[in-house]
Amino acid sequence: MSHPEPTPARLTARRKADAVVVEIAGDWLDRARLPDVSAVEKELAGGGVKALEFEAKDLGRWDSALLVRILAISDLCARGEITLRTTTLPGGLAKLITLSQAVPETTDAARKEAAPSFLQRVGESGLETWTGGAAMLSFLGESVLSVLKLARGQAQFRWRDMFEVMQACGPQALGIVGLINFLIGLILAFVGATELARFGASIFTADLVAVATVREMGCIMTGIILCGRTGAAFAAQLGTMKVNQEIEAFQTFGISPFEFLVLPRMMALILMMPLLCIFADLIAISGGFMVSTLMLDIAPQIYLTRTVESISLAGFLLGIFKGSYFGVIIALTGCLRGMQCGSNAASVGLATTSAVVTGITWIIASDGIFAVICSALNI
Amino acid sequence: MNAERASKIEIRDLTMAYGSFVVMRDINAQIKRGEIFIIMGGSGCGKSTLLRHMIGLKQPAKGDIFYEGTPFWQMEDEARQEKLRSFGVLFQGGALWSSMTLAENIGLVLGEYTDFSTAEIRDIARLKLALVGLKGFEDYYPAEISGGMCKRAGLARALALDPDVLFFDEPSAGLDPISSRNLDQLILQLRDSLGATFVVVTHELASIFTIADNSVFLDPNTRTMRASGNPREMLKHSADPAVQQFLTRGEAAAHPVAPPS
Repeated sequence: MSHPEPTPARLTARRKADAVVVEIAGDWLDRARLPDVSAVEKELAGGGVKALEFEAKDLGRWDSALLVRILAISDLCARGEITLRTTTLPGGLAKLITLSQAVPETTDAARKEAAPSFLQRVGESGLETWTGGAAMLSFLGESVLSVLKLARGQAQFRWRDMFEVMQACGPQALGIVGLINFLIGLILAFVGATELARFGASIFTADLVAVATVREMGCIMTGIILCGRTGAAFAAQLGTMKVNQEIEAFQTFGISPFEFLVLPRMMALILMMPLLCIFADLIAISGGFMVSTLMLDIAPQIYLTRTVESISLAGFLLGIFKGSYFGVIIALTGCLRGMQCGSNAASVGLATTSAVVTGITWIIASDGIFAVICSALNI
Repeated sequence: MNAERASKIEIRDLTMAYGSFVVMRDINAQIKRGEIFIIMGGSGCGKSTLLRHMIGLKQPAKGDIFYEGTPFWQMEDEARQEKLRSFGVLFQGGALWSSMTLAENIGLVLGEYTDFSTAEIRDIARLKLALVGLKGFEDYYPAEISGGMCKRAGLARALALDPDVLFFDEPSAGLDPISSRNLDQLILQLRDSLGATFVVVTHELASIFTIADNSVFLDPNTRTMRASGNPREMLKHSADPAVQQFLTRGEAAAHPVAPPS
């Protein structure tokens, strides 16, 4: 069937007694100029039509575009209770039409665009928040129980797993933690120096950098970096394990996924975060030191003395403790979101995003609470 | 009580639901010790969900599963964990722990629940892998071997604790016909040598007729079980058109089987 010169597609309809004859002809290839079924509609609108048949002896090449039109005509016929005769259509075309109509449309399977009312949405999101909060609390409770179990030596816990996580979230994070905290030290020193210079108190830049980093910035920045780095990794890792049914495999062996997966991650962060915080403090102070000595002409000796004098033991320990606490938050949010992950690739992405968002929110919010408590207790 | 003693596993009046959506209701079946029990039915009818109920991953909406007469879902958590240790489960994709080698996958379970030394655990892992034809792959990670091998390694892991009951979720899915047949032979050999009870979710007819002793047919349209018993008997005697269609790949419609007199 070679048609060197394509003839334009035609679809016409004419009345023959109580039937309508639809003539289709030509090559149905030029997508821009294909006729529609309005001619048929017009004939059918006349009324009194009992049957519809086709005439296709001049039909050239065709594809799905023609099929779609014939199905549209078939729908028209079904609506007007008109008999559709496809016998005169070419064999392939008739077979495709029969095939496409072999299984009736499953009407209740089609997704309905449900538009819940405002109140319903409020109620649903309220319930969702409630169950989400309850899940978080039970996760927290489980973490306390499993730590107690670990202390009694009864937890299903492999130390090797913990060391592996420690390696990944400790030494391997030194670079980024160092860089960010160094820059934070620089920025603090710059901002502090310009403001303090107006009062002739540039020397207090050392105090500012030291107190700010040791009490707050060191642990917060490290917490945020680890949340983005390690918390996200936990969520993605556990989420993928969930997708692969690996978590269920633990459950069916009677191994608690919590003790086996969450506990080592939490312990690793609890242990590593204080060390990272001390490292962050040192680096940030050295950043401030560089700015002050190289650009503000503060004598190195004096800067160091002021730094040592301004740091109180309580402030230092507070920073370290907060570091560990943020470690718990990072591990729990990361693992919680990973465990809650659905069973496809998209939900792993959602779990990761949600782990980082929840983690950072909790870190900042609880740091605010710490600040209020400390000011009330005069620490 | 006697009936309970005789059957290893009994599913009684089980209704499965996701929230308010009922997947299947009123499932009843009895599985004897050493039997290969098939859960069959069309795609998406809740076969795997039934399996998840049996291995403690999903709580029934109603009814319970009795293991040697004890209701599984009414047990204390501790007792249920204990019970789970006598099960072996092969998940659809193998579900091997991807951060561990094959030997570690098997060794982890042994290390958790037995007093074997590290060297003994390694020997047992080698043995289990050898049983499924994966000798020499001990130090491979699941990502480094093929899907069929993952499935066999998953079977080796399921065998780690010498289980009483083995659960298989679509063992032949994604396997070529030869591997699938070999897996069926392996299941039969394991049954004969271990005397374990097998629960297999599958819709592979060849598999069903080769290995089944007993079965339950789930029908998604009526949302309940349509038939139970030996599938070969079902094929011969069942008058239910849905069962006939399933067991003959839809060819029964052309040659209806006369109901048994």
